[in-house]
Amino acid sequence: MAEPLLRVENLVRRFGGITATDNVSLDVAAGELHAIIGPNGAGKTTLISQLTGHLEPHSGSVSLGGRDITYLPAYRRCALGLARSFQITSLLFDFTAADNVALAAQAHAGHSFRFFANARKEKGLRDTAHAALDRVGLLHRADVVVNRLSHGERRELELAVALASKPKLLLLDEPMAGLGVTESQRMVKLLQELRKEVSIVLVEHDMPAVFALADRISVLVYGRVIASGDPAAIRANDDVKRAYLGDQHVVTHHV
Amino acid sequence: MKAFSVSKAVTALMLVGLVLLPLYSYLSGNIFIMTLFTRIVILALAAASLNLIMGFGGMMSFGHAAYLGIGGYAVGMLAQEGVGSGFIQFPVAIAASAIYALVIGALSLRTRGVYFIMITLAFAQMAYYVASGLARYGGDDGLTVYKRSDFSGLINLSNRTQFYYLCLTCLFAVIFLIWRIVNSRFGLVVQGLRSNEQRMQAIGFPAKRYQLVCFVISGMMCGLAGALLANNTDFVSPAVMYWTRSGDLMVMVILGGMGTLFGPVMGAVVYLLLEEFLSQITEYWALIMGPLLLLIVLFGRGGIMGLLGRLNRG
Amino acid sequence: MLLVVEQFLNGLQFGMLLFLLAAGLTLVFGIMDLVNLAHGSLYMMGAYFAATFAAWTGSFLLGALLALGATLVLGIVLEMSALRHLYGRDHLDHVLATFGLILFFNEAVRLIWGPAGLALPLPAWLTVPVPILPGIHYPAYRLAIIVVALLVALLLYLGVMRTRIGMLIRAGASNREMIGALGINIKLLYTLVFGLGAALAGLAGMMQAPILTVQIGMGENILILAFVIIVIGGIGSIRGAFLAAIFVGMIDTLGRAFLPNLLRQVLSGAAASTAAPALSSMLIYLLMAIVLVVRPEGLFPANRR
Repeated sequence: MAEPLLRVENLVRRFGGITATDNVSLDVAAGELHAIIGPNGAGKTTLISQLTGHLEPHSGSVSLGGRDITYLPAYRRCALGLARSFQITSLLFDFTAADNVALAAQAHAGHSFRFFANARKEKGLRDTAHAALDRVGLLHRADVVVNRLSHGERRELELAVALASKPKLLLLDEPMAGLGVTESQRMVKLLQELRKEVSIVLVEHDMPAVFALADRISVLVYGRVIASGDPAAIRANDDVKRAYLGDQHVVTHHV
Repeated sequence: MKAFSVSKAVTALMLVGLVLLPLYSYLSGNIFIMTLFTRIVILALAAASLNLIMGFGGMMSFGHAAYLGIGGYAVGMLAQEGVGSGFIQFPVAIAASAIYALVIGALSLRTRGVYFIMITLAFAQMAYYVASGLARYGGDDGLTVYKRSDFSGLINLSNRTQFYYLCLTCLFAVIFLIWRIVNSRFGLVVQGLRSNEQRMQAIGFPAKRYQLVCFVISGMMCGLAGALLANNTDFVSPAVMYWTRSGDLMVMVILGGMGTLFGPVMGAVVYLLLEEFLSQITEYWALIMGPLLLLIVLFGRGGIMGLLGRLNRG
Repeated sequence: MLLVVEQFLNGLQFGMLLFLLAAGLTLVFGIMDLVNLAHGSLYMMGAYFAATFAAWTGSFLLGALLALGATLVLGIVLEMSALRHLYGRDHLDHVLATFGLILFFNEAVRLIWGPAGLALPLPAWLTVPVPILPGIHYPAYRLAIIVVALLVALLLYLGVMRTRIGMLIRAGASNREMIGALGINIKLLYTLVFGLGAALAGLAGMMQAPILTVQIGMGENILILAFVIIVIGGIGSIRGAFLAAIFVGMIDTLGRAFLPNLLRQVLSGAAASTAAPALSSMLIYLLMAIVLVVRPEGLFPANRR
């Protein structure tokens, strides 16, 4: 069997007396959309932070494409093909949409110790940026400063930025957070397109979206993976029902 | 953006004024104004270099005067040791500033925000004390530069007009360089880091490396200003590195407009002319300047460039 | 041996003085998030007030007491008239505005007291040497500084950790909105904290005054030392400020006292006497650099944030 694209093994992270990530293991095959769900406080953000390199685990390992990345800084992981979106929109707010994406393309194009040529006139970077913007349906807003984009547009821009670095694996931290019904539908449609091109780890509260999109779902409760399997299996799993889906109405209304 | 704008017009006016100043001085016989403006141009150069890291890079250095001293001492010490050639003095001044910036930057960039302000301030103060301890080079009293840098007859630094134009050329060259840098790949990364460091890391940029390089470039530019300043005053002393001078440079940048190309020049011209003007009215000019700074901070968002921009819009 | 003990005490005394200054600075920063460069000016004003009031009243203690009150009032006035408008603004704005205040204070002092410095003579009962160890005497005044500063440190600790107002201060530091919602007058609280910081700076200035002369700009160099202490100790932490201040005071004093001799053992006489002053003034900055490399957040960072 081929090496999975992302492999997480026995990951442990504690905060004081609390074990926020408790011996988590999971893997994501190439081409897969793997969703991670769990009630509030289940440790999803902590887990994501360890995948992206913002937090170091106390033990365990993370590997990408067979390469150990457990202790690599965020920027190195990105170079290896791991791109992310942020739960709370994190963009260069005083830059235009195109600049935001072009910078990601620039990062992907090697080092940026080029001091003299006007980077905004580099056709290669601009084309990549425009292509990525087009991909998420934002091309017409390319030259608008992020501050003036709507919330939904910013979420889409997050995706475009992540795509511009031509990642192997996309980590999406609640891409639907704060979106309205129509915007959510657009986002689901967009993700359905994207998943054909890139493997995705999706952390999301929006259950209908998750069950519509995911190939596999891992359920995180109190820092542990209590179940992992395809949507049908998860739906049928008694542990999951007890621990989580039982109070789904609480969860889905959380933002 | 295109067409006419007030800030562009004022900037152009100021630049033309700077270029034509020697003519005015010649016609009016006012020699003092040349001395004053040579100093202004040199400090504008220093302010422009500070603006590169502060305005574009978001690194609030409160120790920029250290480079004025380092550049100046490079010239003064070499002159005292019998090396009078500007072709050696100036490169040494710039290289020494680069090395200092590399070390201080590597340390200071481990922190951010207020820490960064305090640490750059403290290290500049260290440089000040070290210079005060250099007994061989005058210690506290400073070092007289008996002979200005010698550029083998290419340009005569003792000629007032030639020296002024050298300084002005350096200023324009540095601003041109900053303009290119700011729009380059490197410049976009540095500005991106100012805007959102976490995001920049996530898209794959090692933040510190870029910030450090920017910090060093800025230090080198300011070292050049230091070398010019020592030639201008024929003297260098620890006082050029004193922290109030770093404060002056910050004031110039902010007064003119942080993160704008010509703001620091504008700031230097206005600040130093104001100082000159006030000190002619009263011996106690700082009594007015101090509260004035407070008022500028409280009410003058975006500095002069910001103000001119607002005029334009309506 | 005698010299070692004496320099050790000198270092402790200097450290205590630095603590008074750093405590006010870190308190104001920790609670109001305000960077106050003019803190050194308050130190200077404390010294000038003390010298003036002591001359008027003819009593050192009375003069010091009046000066303490005067710096407190000055701090409160300063906060209410100017600095209050800086809360919540960019740190750069703080730096610039308080830089302007320094210019103002220096010039005001020059206008009022003239460019020459003042002296603050000690009363006779404070100049006597006190035996501290068999055969070792130490000036009473320097001992007094240590005792006063230790008392202040204790009071600060008790005040912040144990009293209601201290709780408010800690709550205000960690959660501005919450304390506002509790209906507590946060404006008044801030004013009082700033006044307290000013009084501490003034106290440091007036205690230093009899040892050095009272002069314009006296607060500036020592302010930078206070910054170094805050960087080493960790921002917003009184405990960190206390320990780092002693540390810095000791290293600076002992370095200046013993480094030249130490260097002479390694280098030639001439080289040592040129290098020593530069090197000993660099010591604490080197210390700061080392701390930055090892623990960029300071040795004793405050728990919050």
